[in-house]
Formats: sequence, C-alpha cells, structure tokens
Amino acid sequence: MNKIHARLADLSHDEVRRYSRHVIMPEVGMEGQRRLKASSVLLIGTGGLGSPLALYLAAAGIGRIGLVDYDVVDFTNLQRQVIHGVSTVGLSKLDSAATRMLDLNPDIVVVKYNEPLTSENALRIFSQDWDIVIDGTDNFPTRYLVNDACVKLGIPNVYGSIFRFEGQLSVFYGEKGPCYRCMFPEPPPPGLVPSCAEGGVLGILPGTIGTMQATEAIKLLLGIGDPMIGRMMLYDALELSFHTIKIRKDPTCPVCSVPKEDIVLIDYEQFCGMPAHDHSEYSTVEDADDISIKSVSVHDMRAALENGDDVVVIDVRDPHEWDISAIDGALRIPKPDIQLAKNGIQAGRKLWEETVLLEIPKDKTLYVHCRSGKRSADSIAYLSEIGYDLDKMYNVEGGILAWADEIDPEMPKY
Amino acid sequence: MAKIRIPTPLRAFTGGAADIDVAGATVGAALSSLVEQHPELRDHLFEKDELRSFVNVFIGDEDIRFLQGLDTEIAAGESLRIIPSIAGGRG
Repeated sequence: MNKIHARLADLSHDEVRRYSRHVIMPEVGMEGQRRLKASSVLLIGTGGLGSPLALYLAAAGIGRIGLVDYDVVDFTNLQRQVIHGVSTVGLSKLDSAATRMLDLNPDIVVVKYNEPLTSENALRIFSQDWDIVIDGTDNFPTRYLVNDACVKLGIPNVYGSIFRFEGQLSVFYGEKGPCYRCMFPEPPPPGLVPSCAEGGVLGILPGTIGTMQATEAIKLLLGIGDPMIGRMMLYDALELSFHTIKIRKDPTCPVCSVPKEDIVLIDYEQFCGMPAHDHSEYSTVEDADDISIKSVSVHDMRAALENGDDVVVIDVRDPHEWDISAIDGALRIPKPDIQLAKNGIQAGRKLWEETVLLEIPKDKTLYVHCRSGKRSADSIAYLSEIGYDLDKMYNVEGGILAWADEIDPEMPKY
Repeated sequence: MAKIRIPTPLRAFTGGAADIDVAGATVGAALSSLVEQHPELRDHLFEKDELRSFVNVFIGDEDIRFLQGLDTEIAAGESLRIIPSIAGGRG
C-alpha cells in the first residue's frame, strides 16, 4: 500500500469545504483527504453491495472509481439497489450508477467497464491502476476469479457476501495475509447454496455489508485502524449479532502460497460447476441443456387441465413462494427436496429421502414448473436420474411468470 | 453438551433451527450428534465419513483445520459454528 500512501492530489477550496467533516478528524486531515482523491477503487458489480459502495465511496472523495457490470436496471432491483431508480429502469447499470455518483460528487472520475468479468479480461481490467478491488459479485465462479486475479497482481480484495439475513466481510490480501481460497478452498456443489434470486435477501442487508466494505477500503487507503486482514466478520441481521473468526493463511494454498507469476486464471465456471453470469454459455451435466427435456407452453398446459387430461402439475418452488402465487391443484414439492432425495438414493440410502418421491407418480405425465423455468428443468433432470421417464416429463416454459403473463393477469409477479 | 451454530443455507435441513445442542467431547462426535438429530444434513456435511472440503467448522474463532480437525476436543463453554460459502451480492 506504500504507493497509495505516497500519492497526494490537490484539493480545491470547494473540495476542502465538501470534505470538511473528514478533514477536521486527525485520522484523515488534509493529507488523508488528498490521499483519497489520489486513490482508485474498482467495484465488481453495481448491484446490491455495489450500490452503497459506489455512493459512499463517491461521497467520500475517492478520486477514481471503476465499475464492472453488464446488466440493465430491472424494476425488481430497486428493493435493495438504491443507486438506481425508477427513472433508470431499463438503462445500463453503469450509466445509471455513474450519473448518480457524479451528481453526488462531480469532482470524481468514474470508469465504466460494460462487460461481465471473465478470465480473459480480468487481468486487463485489474491492471489499470487500481489500489483496491471490492468484490460485490453474486456467484462463486466470479468470486474465485476476483480472488486469484487480485493475488496475482498484489491488490487487496475487500470481500463482502450476503444471503437472506446473513453477511460476511473480510479483506483478502495475499501479500499480507490469507486469500479467499485459504478460507474456501473449494466451492460448494452446484445447487446447494441458492442465489439471492432464488433464495432471497433482505434488501437492507447489502446496505449493511456494503457500507462496511466501503469502510474497510477507506481504512486501507488511509493506512488507519485495523483492517480485516486474516479475519472474517459474520453478521446475522435477525439476531443483530457480529462474530469475528480468524482466517489463517494456508501454506499449501494453490494461489497465495505460490509465486505470483505461476498463478494462472482458470476456467472458473468449470471449477465451480456453475455459470458465472446469465450471459454465460456454460452448462452443467445436470443442467437442462445437456439432456433433452420436453417442454409445454402455459397455453397447452391450461388446455390439458381444462380437458381433464391425466397429468400431474408439480410446483418445485420454495414454500414461501407458494404464498405469493400458485396454480390451483399443483403438487408442491420444493426442488431441494427432490435433489436431496436423488442424492440419498444415489448414495444407497432409502430412509427418509424417498418420502417426497412417493407423492410423484412414475406412470403419469408430469408438468413441472417453478418461477421461470430453471429450477423445474433441474428437477426434471434429477428425476430422470432416478428412474423417472424423461418422455413423460414436461418443463413448463416460462414458469409461473408466463402463466401470470398469458393465462392469469390477476396473478402477482415477483 | 455444546452448541453448533447452523448457517442460513443449512437451516432448511434443521427445521429452521439456528442453534443445535449436541453431545460429544470432540468436534467429530459433536457433528455426528448433529447429523443423528438432523439426518438431512449428512449429505451436506459429509462425504462417506470425511467432512466435505467446502464445509468450514470453527470452534470459538478458530478453524478446526488448523487445530486437530475432527479430533479437536471441545472444552467446557466452547461452541461450534459451521461457516457457509455464500456468494450473493450483485443481484
């Protein structure tokens, strides 16, 4: 961090006034504020965590802030992605965020990378003079990629991650402590940990964790306090508890314990067995793309139900989603239960695991649906692995969202 | 008797419970007690009898991998926690 601490930028009179609450603190002072203006921070993701990060780092006077994202603002983002607004729905997240940041602080520079972060572009982007990278992504492949690229280039990585009511925060800095892989050598298998889109997240949680990440970044840039290197903070919003654990550097870590020039960015989607983003062409063995799954439109499903055809509709969404909307008469079995039953049978156990399967007839036509069609395709793939006939199972195209769009406009969407 | 803290992603398999009381003098015995009480957790924590490599178990604030692993003894008043891999943030 020495190169950061050595750099100072000049402040205008207006800037001194803008930052006066910083400047009067001895821990920051004029010199610290000039350091912040001379420093640069790259944010991976401009969503839940990226929103508070971008807003507070812009307001704090970080001179150059980079944003990596490829998405457009969606109406459902606004529950937590507070940098965007109704007026920017449909626009690129980069443009939406940059406009808001520059409105808050026109004295900063915003650099936009309108692309998904990949093994091909990560070193190019990370090499463009960033003092700190902040990881606000939403998937395992990108988290391993961010870690490995940061260790290779010697950049501290301020890590934050959230799920439902739970958050994690740490600073992974291979030169001074452990990296992400020392703590999480391998990703969990695909399907075990749902994404926020599947599992949900308290909209305020990314605000809590994102502002803490911003705090860690400022501490690192100013060289003050005790940064979260070698520690991880665990936050539980329901208990309002904070718990800090120690993370040790793994002397056998394949990334931070080898020479930097030997670190090679790999195929992280392959490593994690899951796609990194929804533009990805990656598919897993259990993914619908790899086996031929039949599909049925919501119109044909309605016709079959009205005809009284002998079909069973299965809703594989989670129980709390059934409260939002449901198709009458559907058999309700969440995807994780089907996955566990499959795992149990494949592992040779035949105790509780088979019970959910007793409800699913093997000799009837099954119409399987979820919210939009992904979990239902996975469920069909699982069932086909344990003896269900692929020819008798149909994935309902577009899931209950399509049903709401085309069959039942009264049904709420989420 | 010790407590094990269950992270959110695994609470689907403990009937929603966040803290589980377990018997056993070592981490391994405590985890066995846990999966006996909640068999659905077994597949998520163990591969045969080995702890799965992505499962992080801490005693107090220390990772058992840097202590004696499953043989680590549990002193009176110590509690265990399973630290999940979670990845959410951008969405």
